[in-house]
Formats: sequence, structure tokens, C-alpha cells
Amino acid sequence: MNVSVVSPPRSGTLGTNASRPDGVAKVQGGFAFSSDTWAENMLWGATLRSPHPFARIVSIDVTAAWKIDGVEVIVIADDVPGLNAYGLIVQDQPVFAKVGDLVRYSGEPIAAVAADHPETCKRALEAIKVEYEVFDPVVDPEECIAGRAPEIHPHGNVFRHQRIVTGDQSVEGDVVVEGDYEIGMQDQAFLGLEAALAIPDSGGDGVELYIATQWLHEDRKQIAACLGLPEEKVRLVLGGVGGAFGAREDISLQVHTCLLALRTGRPVRIAYGREESFFGHVHRHPARIWMRHHATRDGRIVKIESRMVFDGGAYCSTSPAVLINGITHTQGPYKCDNALVDGYAVRTNNPPCGAMRGFGVVQACYAHESQMDKLAAACGIDPVEIRLLNAMETGDRLITGQVVDSVAPVEECIRATAAIPLPPDLESDPDFRDIPGGSGRTADRSHIRRGIGWGVSIKNMMYSEGFDDYSTARCRISNGVVTVKFATAEVGQGFVMLAQQIARTVLGVDEVLLDTIDTQVGSAGSTSASRQTWMSGGAVNAACVAVRDKVMAHVAQYHDLEVANLAIDGTDVVDTRGNFRVAVSDVIAHLEIDETVEYHHPPTEDLDENGQGNCHVAFAFVAHRAVVDVDPELGLVKVVQVATAQDVGRVLNPLSCVGQVEGGIAQGLGLAVMEEIVVTNGKVRNPSFTDYLLPTFLDAPAVEAVFIEEFEPKSPLGAKGVGEPPCISVTPAIANAIRNATGRELPRVPIRPYDVCL
Amino acid sequence: MSVALPTSVGEVVDLLAHNPEATLLAGGTDLMVEVNLHGRRPGDVVALHRVSELRTWSLDTSRRTVTIGSGVPYAEMETGELARLVPALAEAARTVGSPQIRAAGTLGGNLGTCSPAGDGLPILSALDALIDVVGPNGQRQVRFADFMVGVKKNSLQPSEFVRSVTLPLVEGWQGYAKVGTRNAMVIATASVCLVRSIDHVAVALGAVGPTIIRATEAERWLVANHVMSSPPNVETLSEFGRMVREASRPIDDHRSTAAYRRHAVGVLAQRLLTRSYS
Ligand SMILES: Cc1cc2nc3c(=O)[nH]c(=O)nc-3n(C[C@H](O)[C@H](O)[C@H](O)COP(=O)(O)OP(=O)(O)OC[C@H]3O[C@@H](n4cnc5c(N)ncnc54)[C@H](O)[C@@H]3O)c2cc1C
Repeated sequence: MNVSVVSPPRSGTLGTNASRPDGVAKVQGGFAFSSDTWAENMLWGATLRSPHPFARIVSIDVTAAWKIDGVEVIVIADDVPGLNAYGLIVQDQPVFAKVGDLVRYSGEPIAAVAADHPETCKRALEAIKVEYEVFDPVVDPEECIAGRAPEIHPHGNVFRHQRIVTGDQSVEGDVVVEGDYEIGMQDQAFLGLEAALAIPDSGGDGVELYIATQWLHEDRKQIAACLGLPEEKVRLVLGGVGGAFGAREDISLQVHTCLLALRTGRPVRIAYGREESFFGHVHRHPARIWMRHHATRDGRIVKIESRMVFDGGAYCSTSPAVLINGITHTQGPYKCDNALVDGYAVRTNNPPCGAMRGFGVVQACYAHESQMDKLAAACGIDPVEIRLLNAMETGDRLITGQVVDSVAPVEECIRATAAIPLPPDLESDPDFRDIPGGSGRTADRSHIRRGIGWGVSIKNMMYSEGFDDYSTARCRISNGVVTVKFATAEVGQGFVMLAQQIARTVLGVDEVLLDTIDTQVGSAGSTSASRQTWMSGGAVNAACVAVRDKVMAHVAQYHDLEVANLAIDGTDVVDTRGNFRVAVSDVIAHLEIDETVEYHHPPTEDLDENGQGNCHVAFAFVAHRAVVDVDPELGLVKVVQVATAQDVGRVLNPLSCVGQVEGGIAQGLGLAVMEEIVVTNGKVRNPSFTDYLLPTFLDAPAVEAVFIEEFEPKSPLGAKGVGEPPCISVTPAIANAIRNATGRELPRVPIRPYDVCL
Repeated sequence: MSVALPTSVGEVVDLLAHNPEATLLAGGTDLMVEVNLHGRRPGDVVALHRVSELRTWSLDTSRRTVTIGSGVPYAEMETGELARLVPALAEAARTVGSPQIRAAGTLGGNLGTCSPAGDGLPILSALDALIDVVGPNGQRQVRFADFMVGVKKNSLQPSEFVRSVTLPLVEGWQGYAKVGTRNAMVIATASVCLVRSIDHVAVALGAVGPTIIRATEAERWLVANHVMSSPPNVETLSEFGRMVREASRPIDDHRSTAAYRRHAVGVLAQRLLTRSYS
């Protein structure tokens, strides 16, 4: 790229706090989220779900429901015209559980209705009689691994088993520490609930779906297969998305909504409430991890052993990929030559689990960072020192044999975090809002002890194991107007703003229009895996560069200049060897240019049976230091401050980076001390925001963030994804701080008050 | 469904007399959750918002009592004169939900719902509040202990409703503390209200039994065994905490464990007692 960016950068270009095109509408409440969509003559849809985690459906009787005035259609498994199954990796999850077949989790869809009013839908669902033969649910992953549990699904009870064996297994450390860790089931808890509007084509042979999703094209592929339609007959348009965090990667209401619309010939809308949302999407995998670290007396890691078990719940979703992410990140951001890791992702009758911010690495990181503190204590070394001592660098080999060829500023992240000033001590008579217990006024100053804890992490970016998750972008100039189109799901992260920043920078224009985000252009891949800035940013950049090349060629030809000497300077095209200068807006006023470009990342490989292979594309690193005030007698906490230095490659929009960091830290704090879907015997016991607790303003800490900017040469814009790292190592940092304050082992998250004080 | 919008207590009495099945709507912060989340479909609704008498409070200096209308929102109890007169109620009000909930939610609604985790209720219990109940047969005063009779059960008769609550002004100290799993907007997993005067202590426990529980033995023991004018020593605190724990009858549920709740009320009672001398 030979863009000469003037300093300071022009407003709205890369590196600036460009304002978001959707920002004002979102703040003022005018932004149309998916749940705000509406169409003339629209019907409402609703879903009947199994109350049982494991049962056979003996019969479904819909006669009474049909008789209710206003009911337009009732659909069950037999009405699915195509494949009655979907799934991101394998298609093992039915659109509706079928009579004679099993329901495998509490909440599994059995039927859907469309009616004139949500209230009619509700009554219709109550009138459908389903007879079940109820079985004891399989809820213990170990029973599945041992082969002792009844088979839940024809595909078996183990989604994937993978080992990593590397180096010399006979190596023993002078110092050995081990632990059994447990991570609870976290929910993505986006605020914009699942909602979709399906509008059937007039001939009834196609459908348009307005949907809040993370990946339009993958949805379309699965929906078309279930509907038995060619993909071009299913058109998806992105509805306003209010957060995603992985929960919108899988199919939820997409097929149901389309099916109801096609059957009635009328637009149909389904919108979940909060309770149904807990049953409608996958969650973060609960996991049990055993880990043993061997180190030299002075604290150098020489071998890591681990066994990880991820409970994937009833259906596959992305469990195999989550498992691979977990086990391939066992070592964390530390050097390690010898390892033996055994990982399982299994099927149970618990709620299905899949993608959530951090994707398997959150679980692994909680274990390895807990271990690092144990190791530090066992070696008598400071927790910061032991991390610096083992810090990974560019060129190091992972336990998978892959060489880390990304920029790897682990040491810089740790040192920059350590340099951030600690918060002042608590005052002698602090405000109740500033101490554990908050508005409950449970503690006085004398009851509180302060702890400091560290967490450092490595996170892969983009998809792994040979998957080509390319992205597509189109850039057009017509009548002097620049328009960019892509299918990248804007879920709140701000890609719409970034795309404009890229186009302004590359093309030297101020106004950039964004076309509708839909399936009328090639796939962008998923808005997940910290990948869209890199991948779709790369695609938009490439499309804009292709257009710019044509603009330059035109200028060169028209003014008889050497194309190689032309460059964009601000909003002008200039001849770098002469005095020629012309405004881009003048040049493009009469040009018609249209370029569509795909961006692909370098290919990756599968792992072999020993878990060896270059399976990941690139890595990002981050360090977190948490300062936590603890009331040890009541087990209540207040996270006072989180300091962090994150490896971001290059900051493209400072405010956006800070937003990702602060949000990620709040989410990681949630996992550390409060967010958990409580499941007993296959049943969710807290499917509401009354009982599934998210951090409030009084729980969120002060965040002090520093960005480590070292241009990543592999990345098209030099930037790394910033979305996932903030939520990964902050969880163990907080746990380590609570351990530091209380001396308790605390092997599980979320840490509940009674874990601390009883 | 019909919605009646009475403007006086008399009208409410008439409406309920004619339709004992009617549902009262105060701030709606419990009722609307019932409707939206649990599918409750009230037939006829009597909305109390326009009954200005229910939204006022008054001080009786001769009897030394405060009477708070059942429709006064928590936001009004948090600060100002009412907070000065009944500080424990102010502290309890401050812990309720979020500012939005406190702007709408009322003591009448808290009493109507009668959840053991209701934050207003331990205050009414510890202060031996009288609940002013109105019905077709006129007005009666019910001791709080006789008002709350079980989990989400009160002793209101058909067509009766809560007009106000009357609280004594107590010479001495009062305070409230509540444990939840986050630092704001959380349902109590255990809570304690403690009121102490020169010769008296009252300890009411929330969320650790089917009703609000008074730790009467702990109260009596303390008065009998402790010089009330001086701060308790370690032994006294420890025995007091033990007796409070004994008084609780908590359960295990998805919010917490019985063991933790029992432990927590002991700790809170000890801390409040200590705080009452600071
Ligand atoms: C997000 C949220 C957070 C909350 N947090 C808390 C909390 O921290 N602590 C807490 O204690 N509660 C909490 N609540 C519950 C609720 O706010 C309180 O119970 C509140 O006191 C209810 O008052 P209301 O005026 O809104 O009652 P409403 O919802 O209007 O009524 C509740 C019930 O009482 C009946 N009722 C109303 N007025 C009268 C009357 N005068 N006489 C007889 N019956 C009557 C109604 O018919 C209904 O059955 C929360 C609720 C929400 C939605």
C-alpha cells in the first residue's frame, strides 16, 4: 500500500475516532433492531419446546390448537420440506424433534405456530398436546467418555477426542504443581433478543429473511437445505443486531420463521423473550480441566500435562472446534517444549453449547493462569516474574509444532500492564458503593482485604484447521459516489465504521455510502473469532485498492503521467515526482468503477493424531492485572481496577478499541464472579436476568488500558482482532486476586460467595 | 380486561367491594413481571397511581409515629425527611432494584407480593409496624407479624387492601444490610434489619425462611446479658451471631445455599450490632 497519510490523519480515516454511522440512532433509540421489524399483513410465530431434557415423543396432537381462532398454521417435523437437521459442523440438530424420536435437551423445539397475535400463539402452544416417554437425562460427561451412558444420538456421545503429544514425555520438573479446575456455563446474554421476519416470495418458491445473525451466508446454506430450496431462493438481509458474542452463529429461529412464512404465504415474525432466548441459543461450554505443570527450580516450564473435558450438551454445534481451541492453547502465552494433552468434547442432555467470545480459550486460560500462580508460589517467585520468565516470543514453537510467526509482544504486554499505577488504597470511611456488597451495605472498612491477581493469554484469530473463511467486498464508484458493500454482520462491533474509515483512507474521499448488508454479495465469513477487522477489513481494503488502481490509471492516462508516481494525499491525487495535484472528487465525478474482491488468509492444516500441525492463522496476546477488594467473611467482592496492555497490531479506531476492552473485561468479570447458567439434571434453573446475573455499573471496575502497537505484517491493515482477548485472561486475573486476598484455592468459576467464606 | 382509575381511597374501597377478584396495580414492578414473564392475565385492574392520599406520608409528633402511604415510591424514602426519620427504611429502599424500579415500586406492592426477599419487609418487622388495612367493613390495623403469613402469602381478606403502614419513631439506632451476588440490583439471598435502643434490640431476618423471621431469642439474650450502652465484646458478638443463625430457616435454591444464608445472617447481625455503636 503506498498511501501517504498526512499527519495528523484526516478526520474519519484509519487511526482516528471516526464516528459510527449507526451511533446517533442507537443512542437516541431510533435504530431499528431485528426485533423492531414489521411488515404489512404480518403474522406472529412461536415455538413449542420440550420441557424434558431426555424423552421420546410418543405423540403430538394439534387438533385443539387448530381450532383456536386466529391460528394460521402449525408445523411439526413432518412439515419440514428439506433436511430436518442443521448444524455448523455436522447437521445433527433437528429443526423439530419428530414423533417417535428423542428430545435431547430441555427447550428443544417440537412445533411452531403462526397466528394473528402473540397471545393467540401462546394459547395455541398451550393447546398442543405432546405425550412423552421420559428418560433419566445423561448429564455427566465422564459417563459419556467411559461409554457407560445410553446413546443420546446416532452420532454417538463423543463429539471429538484429540490428543496433543509433543517432546520428551520422560521430562520431570523439579517443581510440580497441579489442579482440577471447573468452568461454569456462561451465557452470551446479548441485549438484542433473537428476532426475525420472513417474507415469502409471491410465487411461494423463495423467501427473504431479515435476521440478526453473525454469518448470513452460513445461515442461508443451512436454511436452504432445511427448506429444500436452492440457495438463491433464500435471501438474507441483516436485521439490526444487538450484540452476538457467539450466540448467533448457530441456527435458532431462522428455519422456523421461513417455514411458517412459506406455509402461510404471509410475512411471519418470531421474536424471543429473554427466557426463551436462554433456550434458543448455545452457551459457553462448561468444562473440567486437570492440569499439571513441571518446572525447573527457578520457574521455567519444562512440561505441561492436561486433560480437558468440554460438555457440549445435546447437539454438536461448534464443539469440535471449541475443543481444539482449548487444547491447543493449553500452554498459554508461555514457552513449553514438552506436553501431553488429552481433550474431549462430549454430548449430554444439557443445553447445547457452542461459540462464545474466547471460544475454548477462556476455559484453558482459566486453568493455565491458575496454575501459573501455583507455580509461582511453589517456586517462591513473584507471579509477574514467573510470567516474564516464561513469556513466549515470535518464532517460538507451540505444543502443536506450529511456529508463532505473529508479532508476539508478551513481555511488553506484561511490563506495560505492570507500569500502570495501582489504584489508591481504600479510604478509612469509604462510600458503600465502592466496597464489596455495594448497595447492600454489608461491609465496613475493617472487613475488607485487597488482592492483586494476574492473567496473561494467547488467542488465535480466524478459523482454524484448514478452513478457508474468506471475506468478500465490493467497492463501486458511480456518479462520483463511493459505495462499499459486504455481507459482514455488524453486531455492534463497529465494522460499518471501520469500512468507511478504510475507504476514506484508501480512496481519499470523505463520503462513503454503505450498501445493505445482505446475501447479494459473496460471503464475509462469521463475525467471530476476532476476525472481521482482519478478514473483512482486508476485503474492503483490497476492493478499495482495486478501485483506486483504476482511478490512478485513469488519471495517468488522462494527464499523461506515470501511474507508479501517483498517490493519494488527503483528498487529492498527487504526482509524487511533480507538481500535479487534482481533487479525487473531481476525478471520480465521471468515472464508473465496480470491483469485487475476496480476501483469503494463508491456509492452515488439520492436526494429526498427536495434535501436531499448523492449525491456526495468527495470534494475539494480552495481559490483565486485577485489583479486587474482598470481604472474606461474606465472600463478596468488588473489582476495583483492571489494568491491561493488549497486543493489537495497530489501533485503527482508539475509541472502538477501548470499547472492546471495557466490554470484554465486564464479560470476563461476569464469568469470574457471577454469570452462570445453573443446570440441574438437564434443566436450566435461572433463565432470566433476575437470576442470571450480569455485572452492573457498581460491579464493573475502572479499566486502565494500554495498547501495544507493533504492526502485524501478516495482517492486511497491520491490525489484529481486538474482540476476544479482553475477556479471556481477565477471568483468572480476578480469581487470582481473590485467591491472593483470601488464601483460598478457588478451583472453579464463577466464584460464589460461599466458595470464598464457607 | 378493564382498568379502573380511582382517585380516592373511598373509590378503591367501592371498586374492590363490588369486585373482590380485581387486581391492584401500584408501581407494577412485580405485577408486570407476572404478566410478561409468567403469563398472568388479570381480569379487572384497579390502578392506584392517581389516589394521591396513598402517595403521601405524615408524621404524628404526639404519638411519635410515621404513616407512609402504600403508594409512596422507594425513591422518596431514600433521601430527605423520611430517610432521616426511618433510616433503616432508607437503606432498604436504596437496595431495591435500580433507579427505575425505585421510582415506581412501593411498600404496598412489597406487602402485596409478600416475598421473603422483599427488602421493605424486614424493616416493617423489626420496627413492629402496623399495617393499615382498608376494606368494605372499614379500617383495621394489623401487626406486621400477623400480616405476612407465608411465602408470598398475606392475611388480607377479599376486597381489602393496604392503605398505609405506621411505624414508630425509635430513639436509638437502626440499619439494614443485604447480601446478594452482585453489588446492586439483586434479590436478597439474606438480609437483616437491626433496631437498637437503650433497652431494646430487634433483629429481623429476610430471605432465610417462609416469612420474615424475628430472632427473638437472640434479642432477649442480648438485652439480658449485655450492657446495652456499651459495644459488645467478641464473646457477646459470637454468641449473638450464633443465636441469629439458629433463628433462621433457610433453604437451598439456585440463588444460594442454606448453609451460606444461615452464615450470612449471623455475620450481618453481628456487623449491624457493631455498627450501631460506631
Ligand atoms: C428489576 C426489578 C428489581 C427488583 N428488585 C427488588 C429488590 O431489590 N428488592 C425488593 O424487595 N423487590 C424488588 N423488586 C420487586 C418489586 O419492585 C417490589 O416488590 C415492589 O415493592 C413492588 O411494588 P409495586 O408498587 O411495583 O407493586 P405492584 O407490582 O404494582 O404490585 C405487586 C402486588 O401487590 C399488590 N398490591 C399493590 N398495591 C397494593 C396495596 N396497596 N394493597 C394490597 N395489595 C397491593 C398487587 O396487586 C400485586 O399483587 C424488583 C422488581 C424488578 C422488576
